[in-house]
Amino acid sequence: MNLLFQQVLNGLTLGSIYGLVALGLTLVYGILHIPNFAHGALYMVGAFASYFFMTDLGLHYWIAMLLSGGVVAVLAMLCERLVFHPLRNAPPIHDKIAAIGILLFLEAVVQMFWGSDFRRMASPFGGILRFDGLIIPEQRLLIIVGAFTLMLALHLFLRKTMLGSTIIAMAQSREGAFLVGIDANRVAMLTFAISGMLAAFAATLYAPINLVYPAMGHLVIMKAFVIIVLGGMGSIPGAIVGAMILGFAESFGGFYLSSDYKDIIAFSLLVVILSFRPTGLFAKGAH
Amino acid sequence: MRRFASLFTHPAARWVLLALALGFPFVASSEYQVYVMATAFIWAIAVYGLNIITGYCGQLNLAHGGFFAVGAYALAILTSDHGWNFWPAFLAAGLVSAALGAAVGVVSLRLKEHYFAIFTLCVGFIIYLLIDKWEALTHGAIGIRGIAAPDGFGLVDFSQTRPFYYLALGFLVLAIWFAGRLASSLLGRTFMAIRNGDALAQSLGIDLMRNKVLAFVLSTTYAGVAGALYASMIRFIGPEEANPNHTFDMITYLLIGGFGTLFGPLAGTVGVVWITQSLQFLEDYRMVIFGPLIVVLVIFMPRGVVGTFLGWKLRKDAEAARADARPGVDGMSGTEVKPHA
Repeated sequence: MNLLFQQVLNGLTLGSIYGLVALGLTLVYGILHIPNFAHGALYMVGAFASYFFMTDLGLHYWIAMLLSGGVVAVLAMLCERLVFHPLRNAPPIHDKIAAIGILLFLEAVVQMFWGSDFRRMASPFGGILRFDGLIIPEQRLLIIVGAFTLMLALHLFLRKTMLGSTIIAMAQSREGAFLVGIDANRVAMLTFAISGMLAAFAATLYAPINLVYPAMGHLVIMKAFVIIVLGGMGSIPGAIVGAMILGFAESFGGFYLSSDYKDIIAFSLLVVILSFRPTGLFAKGAH
Repeated sequence: MRRFASLFTHPAARWVLLALALGFPFVASSEYQVYVMATAFIWAIAVYGLNIITGYCGQLNLAHGGFFAVGAYALAILTSDHGWNFWPAFLAAGLVSAALGAAVGVVSLRLKEHYFAIFTLCVGFIIYLLIDKWEALTHGAIGIRGIAAPDGFGLVDFSQTRPFYYLALGFLVLAIWFAGRLASSLLGRTFMAIRNGDALAQSLGIDLMRNKVLAFVLSTTYAGVAGALYASMIRFIGPEEANPNHTFDMITYLLIGGFGTLFGPLAGTVGVVWITQSLQFLEDYRMVIFGPLIVVLVIFMPRGVVGTFLGWKLRKDAEAARADARPGVDGMSGTEVKPHA
């Protein structure tokens, strides 16, 4: 019972983090149709920014998280302005290569300042809660609660505010959005900012139970891609459902099959799904 | 200026280039330089493979480094663990990467654009993870030692740097020759038609799937052969050979040289390898410069050095031809002629 519960908790934790990263990826894809390969680098920069604010400036965990969200949001907006905007009419292969360029650049810069060592990030939530024999580390609980709060906030923002509706409108129909006077540039920047911020929050939430290092974004971004392919590129509920499927598949697969190969589960899942459904499991979500 | 430029496109230029490559070990100041050049040649062979699927056929393959590692590991395992002779193992390494390429290609090429790039990115990562974790076959993180050097049949000792350099050069020339034949053949044009649009190619009666898989298999064979050569030069390989960063390096070389050009892969690879070598302090941080360079090139010069040069020359030639055809106006308004190409 306890073991099963631990795996459920584990799956929820992983699913929450993957969900936040995949949401940013799917939002950007929905608006601009760019598979942003640099998204994992934004996630990594988010973790390092929080690490810097906490260890070097001695700020509190929450403040560091907020600041890091801001930094990465600005960084993501810069990427949109300087790189993806000039390439909006280029052949689709170009923005993929440009995204790889951003990824390589950000990783090299971080490596230049911090080296490629693995670092541990402290968190004020290192304790363990016990309920009737069930063990719940505080940080994991924080991740699950935090991720679901953020997802709810994103949902409310997209559905209940004018600004959020412009993103939805743009994802549904570009021409339609132009017709009612929506500024495409502003929506694109806003989307990138939200996606960067979610990545930074996810990284800061996950880093205390993981490690901080320049290559930390690689696996996460690839899993996020698997998720949005699974959930339909551009679909928001699809990203959350896909993230939970993958989180549970990894946690149970790693436990019952082999922990060495648990990272391969995600990719095998993708290979199998794309072999049978070349456009993803729930094709055509948001548009 | 135009006359100077046409020296580069003259048919004799490639023989000059070959002569330069043949003479390089005699003018090189140290054996190390020869070694670096041989490495550059091996990478260039792999980049020629990438050029077939990405440059000519227009499908961004992000698993290329993985196939390079598959070739390297096939040779390493066969010669080191199973005691095969070099040449049969070399042949087998090429065949293994071709077969794996066919298997991956049949599944992945049903996907379009973004899906294909994402899928191959994941394939590259699976190869990396498998090499790292499958210890019974690949020795995991320890890597493989004692890989055989190419067998010279008692005539040449390929474990020496200079003879190996000529071997690598030989394979590179073969790779370029084949790529050149391919590009001017019907098959090459078929690939380019696919690059210009799936629907367009299909309407010409091109079997998309068969041609894409063929391009993919050709490219993975190139990668596997290059990987096998690499393993036999380094003589020791580890899971890092499969690091997806190698794929990104090769894309950088190809982008700087020029997608879909015959000499772009060579110019890009040799150029970038030497720039990185001469800026030794950059070794670890080279991407601080090359990352933004990739972005700038994609935005302002997406055809790379060779592609841009060829485009410029074509335009100049057209201008000159038009000026010749109208000698009357030539003197007064040579600049009025607007380039079209």
